[in-house]
Amino acid sequence: MEYIIIIISAIFVNNIVLNKFLGICPFIGVSGKIETAIGMSGAVLFVMTIATLVTYLLQNYILDPFGISFMQTITFIIVIASLVQLVEIILKKVSPSLYQALGIFLPLITTNCAVLGVAIMAGQQNLNLMGSIVFAIANSIGFGLALIIFAGIREHLELANVPAPMKGVPIAFVVAGLLAMAFMGFAGIV
Amino acid sequence: MNQLKNFTKGFIKENPVFALFLGLCPTLGVTTSAINGMGMGLATTFVLFMSNVVVSLIKNFIPDKVRIPSFIVIIASFVTIVELTMQAYVPSLFEALGLFIPLIVVNCVVLGRAEAFASKNNLLSSAIDGLGMGLGFTFALTTLGAIREILGSGSIFGVKFIAGDGMLIFVLSPGAFIALGYLIVIVNKLRKKGA
Repeated sequence: MEYIIIIISAIFVNNIVLNKFLGICPFIGVSGKIETAIGMSGAVLFVMTIATLVTYLLQNYILDPFGISFMQTITFIIVIASLVQLVEIILKKVSPSLYQALGIFLPLITTNCAVLGVAIMAGQQNLNLMGSIVFAIANSIGFGLALIIFAGIREHLELANVPAPMKGVPIAFVVAGLLAMAFMGFAGIV
Repeated sequence: MNQLKNFTKGFIKENPVFALFLGLCPTLGVTTSAINGMGMGLATTFVLFMSNVVVSLIKNFIPDKVRIPSFIVIIASFVTIVELTMQAYVPSLFEALGLFIPLIVVNCVVLGRAEAFASKNNLLSSAIDGLGMGLGFTFALTTLGAIREILGSGSIFGVKFIAGDGMLIFVLSPGAFIALGYLIVIVNKLRKKGA
């Protein structure tokens, strides 16, 4: 039951993109087409889950026992950056087809603040190991949901007749605002 | 290179937020009020300035292959300094900005300037570039924060001039997207006129 609340809250109520404003760069950057949006979401799901697992272990078994939790920011970002690199190498060797699909999105993820943000948030909410992993998966699904819906809207927006100064990014922001308003309807579910 | 131009380019022409669309997460996340936007902007300016200075000083000693990880470590160190300093001296601002302070590490503006400018230019240019870009970022965040605060709660820098609540939607998340969208429209329009 506890996990179901975490999942619904992370996907709908506190959506990581539309409510917490994390991962806005890929949200605006790679949401031009539905296929690229799906690829990016897959890569984020993959990296975010592993990163949260590793940073959880680091926080609880190294940083906290030695009283050096002020090193959190530095260690987490190094772990995430090297993890992305590692995942890229392993994926290339083990599953070339998956690498083909996710390949170009992997390097971009290092600077996706959603990954670091979720790792820090999982620690702040005092979740246990299983809870942290569920939290990471739910958040990446929330990220994917917002990204894919938004890509669908933007594909249609291409055909719309938009005033010149609003073309491109500005209209995307206004649409994202409307989407966020729709997601506000979920507030209060849990 | 003209240092004055180098300094002022960050405000409108190459403004990180309005023109380059970098660092959008903190831009949207913390600008519920003008003072929060300004605090975040100044914290980022410090990190940007210091990391630009350090990167430009040691650029010749860093092997090309490990340049990005080294930049990230340099940036992360200054972010930690900002984090601990703010926690000690301005705890209320620290609370309000919350998660977004450690996230300065992954702010594309900081890494972007280190990679695109400081690793190629001398100390003085890099320092001025960092300061200019940082203040441009602060300018963008303060403007957006002020607009959202005026519309959303009828006050500016915490001074109330309209009794009661404003349009609450502007303080909530949808208002952030919509306000920034229209602000970029205005900047686009002004830039076209100037050019």
